[in-house]
Amino acid sequence: MTTYCEAILEAHRWLMREQPKVFCIGQGLWSPWYVGNSMRDLEKEFGVERVIDTPVSEAATTGAALGAALGGYRPIVVHPRVDFAVLAMDAVVNQAANWNHIFGGGIPVPLTVRAIINRGGEQGAQHSQALHAWYAHVPGLRVVMPSTAADARDLLVASVLCDDPVVYIDDRWLYEEAADLDAVDPIDLRSMRPRVQQKGTDLTLVGTGYGAAVCRAAAAAMDESCEVIDVPVINPMLDADWAVLRESYGRTGRMLVVDAAWGNCGWAATVVAGVGGGRALTLPASPAPTSGGMEEAYYRAVGVESVVAVAQEMCGE
Amino acid sequence: MSEPNSAALGPLGDPAQCHEPIDLAGLPTAEAQAMLEQMMLIRSAEERIGGAVESGEVKCPCHLAIGQEAVAVGVAGHVCEGDRVFGAHRSHGHFLALGASVESLLAEILGRETGCSRGMGGSMHLRDVENHFWGSVPIVGATIPIAVGAGLAAQMDGDDSIAVSFFGDGATEEGVFHESMNLAAVKGLPVVFICENNLFSSHLHVSLRQPADSTCRYAEAHCVPWQRVDGNDVVAVSEAMSTAAAQARAGSGPQFIEAVTYRWRGHVGPREDLDVGVKREDDLEMWKRRDPVSRLAKALDQEPDWTSARDAVSAAWARAMNAPKPNPAELLDRVFS
Repeated sequence: MTTYCEAILEAHRWLMREQPKVFCIGQGLWSPWYVGNSMRDLEKEFGVERVIDTPVSEAATTGAALGAALGGYRPIVVHPRVDFAVLAMDAVVNQAANWNHIFGGGIPVPLTVRAIINRGGEQGAQHSQALHAWYAHVPGLRVVMPSTAADARDLLVASVLCDDPVVYIDDRWLYEEAADLDAVDPIDLRSMRPRVQQKGTDLTLVGTGYGAAVCRAAAAAMDESCEVIDVPVINPMLDADWAVLRESYGRTGRMLVVDAAWGNCGWAATVVAGVGGGRALTLPASPAPTSGGMEEAYYRAVGVESVVAVAQEMCGE
Repeated sequence: MSEPNSAALGPLGDPAQCHEPIDLAGLPTAEAQAMLEQMMLIRSAEERIGGAVESGEVKCPCHLAIGQEAVAVGVAGHVCEGDRVFGAHRSHGHFLALGASVESLLAEILGRETGCSRGMGGSMHLRDVENHFWGSVPIVGATIPIAVGAGLAAQMDGDDSIAVSFFGDGATEEGVFHESMNLAAVKGLPVVFICENNLFSSHLHVSLRQPADSTCRYAEAHCVPWQRVDGNDVVAVSEAMSTAAAQARAGSGPQFIEAVTYRWRGHVGPREDLDVGVKREDDLEMWKRRDPVSRLAKALDQEPDWTSARDAVSAAWARAMNAPKPNPAELLDRVFS
């Protein structure tokens, strides 16, 4: 079995081995913590010229990765917490996302921004946020949220091989998810659709990233027949993506969208609007609290028990 | 509290000085003549653009660099095959100095398909990779780290190419400028930073934005070798760039040039007085006597003859005006690759 964390490490190693133009850059890449072990010893295997630790400069590092991407490289710029990636918003939102369009097309921008959701454990508001909806709002960015070990590996490979800027967001709460993986066989990121992970008839549960894992666990904890759909790529959403979600909703007649992030202008609201119905379950509209009991209550809002309770209430209606 | 240091620029900051013809410093006449013609072409193009903004033919925001032509031309002469140059909002001159076509500039500003960015960008989004101009954008300071990344790519490629980053004094107030200088310095990247210090950011004079009027102190702080030059002396700029580019190519890491200059027009658009107030009026009169074009012409013992530059611009303008605009049905075609 390979864990989600090991799968990410394997993706990095495969990419560095197979693709001479790939390099990694970001803070903490030479640190003994190695980004939650997901980048352990890469600099020893591939050299500090290709696994580059940096000054405390998210904006310059991300802009520089973009500049190298324009110069024919396939950089992975790593932000060990997505909270810190906020400091690099210009390079991602104004520059990378727009570059091909504003200069008339035909310009590869093979930049991968890898940011990590890392929360819980009384880390507090600025070490806890899930900001994928911000990025998914922007045309020109592909936004990837793996929920399984297989996707963690294969979608990181696909992101780096893609000629568009990709924001790949992994979640530390998923690092122990495990699966048996075959050898890496690169897929085209553009071919990824929402994935029906479990068929069911009473209710459709939809999630992305950690939310999808909660949906799977909730489905397993219920007697009702749940269909579970994981949406690993949340931008762009094409007609073919909506078709998967609408078909399921049309069949079950009930949809609960789970996003371990905020609700207003968020991903869950977009899905509900896009399929024309269903309910959204999101985090309370508050910064993440630090103190134990309050923090537990905060995350309980999108925990398995809450999802089961709402889902059963919907099924009983 | 210490007194503001408004004198760090010395004579270069005093508009009453440096009016005399420039020193050609042994530059062959033919080369000086070519520089003069390039500067006149840039100014003629920008005057035409300014006129078209006034008449309403051009709608997109245009930031004119009239008065600053010597910086672009002096630097461009040292850009070689494989180099990557990045600009900002005031980059018509950079684009043209590198040899990109006037027609592709005018067509871009007019939103035509024959523009350098196929009409998708306008004045503030210029790009012509064949002529080494890798892109300009209006977010202040945004291309500085991108140029550092281009320098990183050059270093990884292992050849002697360099990246060149043009920006203004206002950009040195952005945090990302300092992050970028530090990153380039600590990694020893082949980047030449060109700060065009024209003393104004939008409407605000440098004395109201910074405690000293020269930006070289930032290079000093980041351990980056620097030169300060008269940005209205194309030969001085060229010499500074020759040294800086050679150092960067030789593996000596990033270099910094402050070119002291002045823009004759407002921050955006063609008017001289739009957003810069009365005090500037007297200064502007004196700065016009530090004109980079006439100072070079005098050094060559001639009166500038604008005929051929203006004719070239007029012909390019006519062709650009006749070109089609992008098809609205193609709106979504370039959002992703």
